[in-house]
Amino acid sequence: MSVIAVLIIISLLIALGFLIAFLWAVKSGQYNDTYTPSVRILFDDEKKKKDE
Amino acid sequence: MSISGLSIKNKKCFHCGEDCTTDNYQVGFKNFCCAGCKTVYELLNENNLGNYYTIIDAPGISFKGIQSKRFDFLEDEEVIIRLSEFKDDKLTIVNFYIPQIHCSSCIWLLENLYKLNPGISFSKVNFLKKELEVKFYHNKISLRELVELLASTGYEPVIQLDSIEKKKPKINQQLYYKIGIAAFCFGNIMLLSFPEYLSIDIHETFYRTLFGYLNFILALPVFFYSASDYFTSAYKGLKKKIVNINFPLALGILILFVRSAFEIITQTGAGYFDSMTGLVFFLLIGKIFQEKTYAFLNFERSYKSYFPLAVHIKEGGKEKSIPVSKLKVGDRIIIRKNEIIPADSILFEGSGNIDYSFVTGESKPVQKVLGELIYAGGRQLNSAIELEVIKEVSQSYLTQLWNNDSFLKKTESNFVSFTDAVGKYFTLTILLIAFISAAFWLQYSTASALNVLTSVLIVACPCALALSIPFTLGNSIRIFGRNKFYLKNISVIENLAKIKAVIFDKTGTITETGKTNVRFIGPALNPFQKEIVKSLARNSTHPLSRAVYDHLDGNKIYEIENYEEHTGRGIQGFVLGNLVKLGSLNFVKEDVSDGPDSTLYNSDEFGSQVYLSINCNILGYFNISNYYRRGFEQVAGELSKKYGLSVLSGDNENEKENLEKYLKPATQIFFRQTPGDKLNFVKKIQASAKKVLMFGDGLNDAGALAQSNVGVAVTENISYFSPACDAILDAAAFEKIPSFLEFSKTSIKIIYASFIISFLYNIIGLSFAIEGLLSPVVAAILMPLSSVSVVSFATIATNFMAKRRGL
Repeated sequence: MSVIAVLIIISLLIALGFLIAFLWAVKSGQYNDTYTPSVRILFDDEKKKKDE
Repeated sequence: MSISGLSIKNKKCFHCGEDCTTDNYQVGFKNFCCAGCKTVYELLNENNLGNYYTIIDAPGISFKGIQSKRFDFLEDEEVIIRLSEFKDDKLTIVNFYIPQIHCSSCIWLLENLYKLNPGISFSKVNFLKKELEVKFYHNKISLRELVELLASTGYEPVIQLDSIEKKKPKINQQLYYKIGIAAFCFGNIMLLSFPEYLSIDIHETFYRTLFGYLNFILALPVFFYSASDYFTSAYKGLKKKIVNINFPLALGILILFVRSAFEIITQTGAGYFDSMTGLVFFLLIGKIFQEKTYAFLNFERSYKSYFPLAVHIKEGGKEKSIPVSKLKVGDRIIIRKNEIIPADSILFEGSGNIDYSFVTGESKPVQKVLGELIYAGGRQLNSAIELEVIKEVSQSYLTQLWNNDSFLKKTESNFVSFTDAVGKYFTLTILLIAFISAAFWLQYSTASALNVLTSVLIVACPCALALSIPFTLGNSIRIFGRNKFYLKNISVIENLAKIKAVIFDKTGTITETGKTNVRFIGPALNPFQKEIVKSLARNSTHPLSRAVYDHLDGNKIYEIENYEEHTGRGIQGFVLGNLVKLGSLNFVKEDVSDGPDSTLYNSDEFGSQVYLSINCNILGYFNISNYYRRGFEQVAGELSKKYGLSVLSGDNENEKENLEKYLKPATQIFFRQTPGDKLNFVKKIQASAKKVLMFGDGLNDAGALAQSNVGVAVTENISYFSPACDAILDAAAFEKIPSFLEFSKTSIKIIYASFIISFLYNIIGLSFAIEGLLSPVVAAILMPLSSVSVVSFATIATNFMAKRRGL
């Protein structure tokens, strides 16, 4: 039965990891602009310019 | 693209998509409408930015009507520092507001700015806010060069007086943190409470204690961080001796926390931490839902957003540009065509033809001669003039309006006071029930009395009550937004529902800006006559000439010879050898030899008349009157059934008869209203205990808009300037005004209905609590269930009613 305690602690730690990821996402400004990135991702990279 | 056709009509500009009227601007097979568009194309092509045109067809911004400006004020060190967000010895970061941003090509080009100039290290667009953040090396490219580069591509940033004065508020990231933490804790506590829900008998006390303490630890951040706003708000209310809606909420959260902590520490129960964290989580969701904001709109604009940041002054014979804030009395300023006069001043040189329509509501430009006083805010329509400043910017006639008290008042949201009133009686009733039932149980045991007392307070926590408002009004504000009626916040809806009197401004609000009703009175003109008159009218920027030009249809534009413009009288010129004159009767009449039809002379019609003569023959006149917005008659008709209706105009009585045709006799109409008169009129109606809804558009309405209970700015383009207000209405939605008002009333009724639902749940919960039977499971089911049903009722009902009202 004591394995449950270990598993619960592990599950909490994993969940905590996701919480930290969310807080980081907010802090880095990902929630400030929820529209522009959806357009930006559709732009093609220009291959010629990459060589420079 | 047709290359063969002789007609140039069908050719669209490759850059901006407008019709090309000339063949002069061509690159290869591509046509351009003007030199500006062609230059941008060449610039982008040289820098391998041709992609701009492949994302969207003709994405460019038209250069027509854009005056080239000078940006030398951006060399001023103080201006640079105040405009930049960040500056060190190498890098500068600035944020520009660029209203021209409209499509994905714009984003692409603006984010590839670094290819146009190596001094730019990085640029990023926020599309919804229409903002561009640029990071650049200021030793490689100056701020001025950067702005000039942007302007040359058609994306000229708006830099007004207030750009340097206030910093925009940061986005509220706190709320996201709070929700994230509450969600995390709520989810995990639910998981750890499962044995309790399923009544699994855990024999080993070790797990009981472990789960209990884990829940306790997880509840701590929710109690101390996520829920902190409710405690501070309740405390602030108590300090002002007000019991607001947050008080029973805070009390519920507190009791839940204390009782659960007690149960866990004494190991007498599992606690209600799941209910507590769930409650906080739902409340925060409601909060984020009601905070619907329109990032691209600004509801707080004063004259400072309208006035330019810089002005040209003449000093020691030389011309230089300085920030308006540094303008002193006695300075000599130069105002070019279409520029705004920033301070009260006296005309020193040149002829003034000032358009005050935005500041006073007068629709016709005013002629000014040397030595005359010109008030700040007017727009010069003729060529450059020189003025001497007699008052500082903040002391000018117009700007003084902002010293009025109505700009200081912070409108208290009435609805909060309504819910607070509910909250007050609610709290009193609950406390009463709690203590009576506790007193009853006291005869059995103190423990069960305490149990009942806390149970009642827990279950009565008005979570559903508190959620009904944000969800009903939050959803309504979205429905309004979809119909192009943008509200500042949710309390505006409640104020709208209480409106008793409606006031309209005339110029720009019920009439369409730049649009006029033109009729030609006299024998019909033949196509050739139309073309030559159109060609003449094209040369003048006077609003009446523009109206005539727009009114006449004609495919060909001819060259004008010997063009003359007589300020205040008319214009004339030779078109293919024909003398064409447009203007006042006296101007047109002066070289007419034989007397034409005398009926043409006397017109008792409303509006302005522009007479036309070709080769010294008066052919008739153009009657130009205001163009009322589509649906104005119906809107006025419907509104006057239910509300006291009035129209205030800064204009003269010319339009009176025309206007009266649209309105019911009961409507009050006032002309020649100064900004102060309008404000006082609103106050007068409010004195008779009527809530006032004011529609306006210009700076002259700013005082009245601020004073009225709901001030709505009507605008044809929501990214243009509009004065401070509670809501912004896109002119396209003007016809829907009666529906908006009706819907706001419906929203309030939906809130009442949600209140009833939430009370029903409270009664069920209370019946458990009074009997002392409130187990954590019952609480954990009842609370989310009531919240979910209220939330779904509010959302579905508002959507359904909106559909029925055609919104």
